[in-house]
Amino acid sequence: MGAAANYIDERTSISGLVKEVGRKIFPDHWSFMLGEVALYSFVVILLSGTFLTFFFQPSMAEVTYQGSYVPLKGIDMSAAMQSTLNISFDIRGGLLFRQIHHWAALLFIAAIGLHMLRIYFTGAFRKPRELNWFIGFVLFILALAEGFTGYSLPDDLLSGNGLRIIDGMVKGIPVIGVWISYLLFGGEFPGTAIVSRLYSLHIMLLPALLIAMLGAHLLLLVINKHTQWAGPGKTNDNVVGVPVMPVFAAKAGGFFFIVFGVIVLIASLFTINPIWNYGPYDPSPVSAGTQPDWYIGFADGALRLAPPHWEVVWGGYTVSFNILVPIVVLVGLLGTVAFYPFIEGWITGDKREHHILDRPRNAPTRTAVGAALMTLYAALWGAASSDLMATHFKLSIDQVIHVMQFLTVIGPFIAFWITKRVCLGLQKKDREIALHGHESGRIVRLPGGEYIEVHTPLTEYERWTLVSFNEYEPLMVRPNERGVVTPLERIRASISGFFFEDRISPVTKAEIEASHHESHGAIEEGSGGH
Amino acid sequence: MISHKTASSSGRSAKKSKRSGRRSPLATVSLIVVGLLTTGGAYALFTSTATADTNTASSTSQSQVNEGKKLFAANCATCHGMAASGSSAGPSLIGVGSAAVDFQVGTGRMPLAADGPQAEQKPVQFTNSQTQAMAAYIASLGTGPSEPASKYLKADGNAAKGAELFRINCAMCHNVAGAGGALTEGKFAPSLKGVSSKHIYEAMLTGPQNMPVFNDLNIKPQEKADIITYLKYLEKNPSPGGFQLGDLGPVSEGLFIWIFGLGAIVAVTVWLTARSN
Repeated sequence: MGAAANYIDERTSISGLVKEVGRKIFPDHWSFMLGEVALYSFVVILLSGTFLTFFFQPSMAEVTYQGSYVPLKGIDMSAAMQSTLNISFDIRGGLLFRQIHHWAALLFIAAIGLHMLRIYFTGAFRKPRELNWFIGFVLFILALAEGFTGYSLPDDLLSGNGLRIIDGMVKGIPVIGVWISYLLFGGEFPGTAIVSRLYSLHIMLLPALLIAMLGAHLLLLVINKHTQWAGPGKTNDNVVGVPVMPVFAAKAGGFFFIVFGVIVLIASLFTINPIWNYGPYDPSPVSAGTQPDWYIGFADGALRLAPPHWEVVWGGYTVSFNILVPIVVLVGLLGTVAFYPFIEGWITGDKREHHILDRPRNAPTRTAVGAALMTLYAALWGAASSDLMATHFKLSIDQVIHVMQFLTVIGPFIAFWITKRVCLGLQKKDREIALHGHESGRIVRLPGGEYIEVHTPLTEYERWTLVSFNEYEPLMVRPNERGVVTPLERIRASISGFFFEDRISPVTKAEIEASHHESHGAIEEGSGGH
Repeated sequence: MISHKTASSSGRSAKKSKRSGRRSPLATVSLIVVGLLTTGGAYALFTSTATADTNTASSTSQSQVNEGKKLFAANCATCHGMAASGSSAGPSLIGVGSAAVDFQVGTGRMPLAADGPQAEQKPVQFTNSQTQAMAAYIASLGTGPSEPASKYLKADGNAAKGAELFRINCAMCHNVAGAGGALTEGKFAPSLKGVSSKHIYEAMLTGPQNMPVFNDLNIKPQEKADIITYLKYLEKNPSPGGFQLGDLGPVSEGLFIWIFGLGAIVAVTVWLTARSN
């Protein structure tokens, strides 16, 4: 063993790396494992996807199905569809692998979403991690692209309908839209080229980019070190946790198999994308309940919410605002997410490094902005299932659409206001607890006849987590070196005011001491009543 | 036998509506007597004259028609009019044929429970023979589509052809797996799971509620039989991939992975890191 290790080390000098990485410290908190879930799902996707490439034919050549699924026997379809059906019915384990691949893809993107929310609401994107947030965002977009290209490969009715919607969106872009569509499909939709083109993207270009970005993401994670929650002994300059070797690695390795196991369990019990029901793609039929996979749902919902007849004809050309406005909303939403760390950094003007996480309540405006964006996303996402909400809750689809339109426009503002107030309220409560301790529910009558409620004082550990957070104040408008106040500076100051004018300051040491003296006598006398 | 039952049931409904009781207790008995006499007479008449209804596959009798007329007057005429020629509350039924009656009454959609975007299914109110009687009565008023021959209802046609026809003609409202779907203003295409072959056939033939009519020139009887074959195939053969999650497509799949997939995994992460808390 030692000799073998020595043999390898003398030829690769790998021991330095192992020592460095093996002694890397990772803090322990459940929400720190969400990115791992995404990573492990991706590994499952790679493994199952490789199996599928052995049997899938990315060709739109017309064939007649003669496989074993009776209700499709003798039906004309593309070779892609036929090979997907063969994987499902005639190749041993094929259906399980297909379902593992698809369920893992859904889990992959869901885990990315939850991971992003965790990073956002705890402020883990702040310096020095802004770039890694952006890389993570690119990973998210690549994952969406992987998902969509994969969804389109079987060439069944559902995937063809999805492609048709994308084709329509692309064609709705003025001037260049039709050119792009023809370029993409190699002529008029659907053509005979799209499946093989998407296949190249799906199994070569996009995975290569994904893996490269993933490498950069993990490398930056190691370089920047992991963030941690505030706590006694945890500072901005250290990381408290367990080393990678052996505890963390063992846990993580086990966790990989748990994630794998959950995916296989789901895939073996629950049908996903039953292409045999959808049948081969044919431009004429569209099934009721045609939806994209969940992660593209918000884009589908945006289209559904656009009011009909939002079109004008300018000089013989139709301009489709019912497509352009949703595209602008989607790009705006994604753009805000992509650049949020830079936006917030500019607003606060904070150039310090932050390795201690914020509790969401301690950054009320950020949390409220996050809640507003989530509400916008959720309204668009929910709108994609407007028809199913109508049938399952016995509503009129028109009413559902109108409610979702209202939620899309007004919902984010309501969510912002409620969230901000809740955060400020929680901060006030924290402040109260930090100063006076927990309410004990024990009422004591003093000799003078006065009644007081005894508060249980906090331990130092408890208080630490309540009082250690950053406070920002609105920026003052300051003239630059030439003595001019630029308009940009005014905007920045007003946004900064919007962010930080309502705030609860963290409790200072002096305040704690003052409160301690103030209530000291009362507590002494109170405890005398034991 | 049949007429006896009918008379007593119509007597019951009459009793309900006129509770003030200006009728003697003998009324029910006399009604039965009248019913028996008329049906008996009608039967005699029927045997001597050829039936006027050449449209229906099953033979109907004048007694059935009379019985249906009574049931119609007691249960349907409020909206459809005493002569079935329609009113502001309901359409004319002249020429809708026996297939329409068998579908609407046989699936419990008629008599209508309440005004709404469309007639909802509810427990069937009439026995099969009562439904047949009303169907015979409506068919006697004017030529219309009649109930299908049983050879089309055996679900032994070409499932692949039926599936293709279903995708092209039906799936846009009923969903590719027949799980149903939404229409405008609270209307909907119902799920086709558990619907009898006969009712599926009749629905295509008569176009109930918001459904278009698929007549025999549009979709031939054998093709209708193929569609039924496909739907029955789906009913008989559960999804090869496991539980179907309602056959609703990506929405239920997405909900499932978020709630149960990610839910389970988050539970595991909490468990794995529980010690340090």
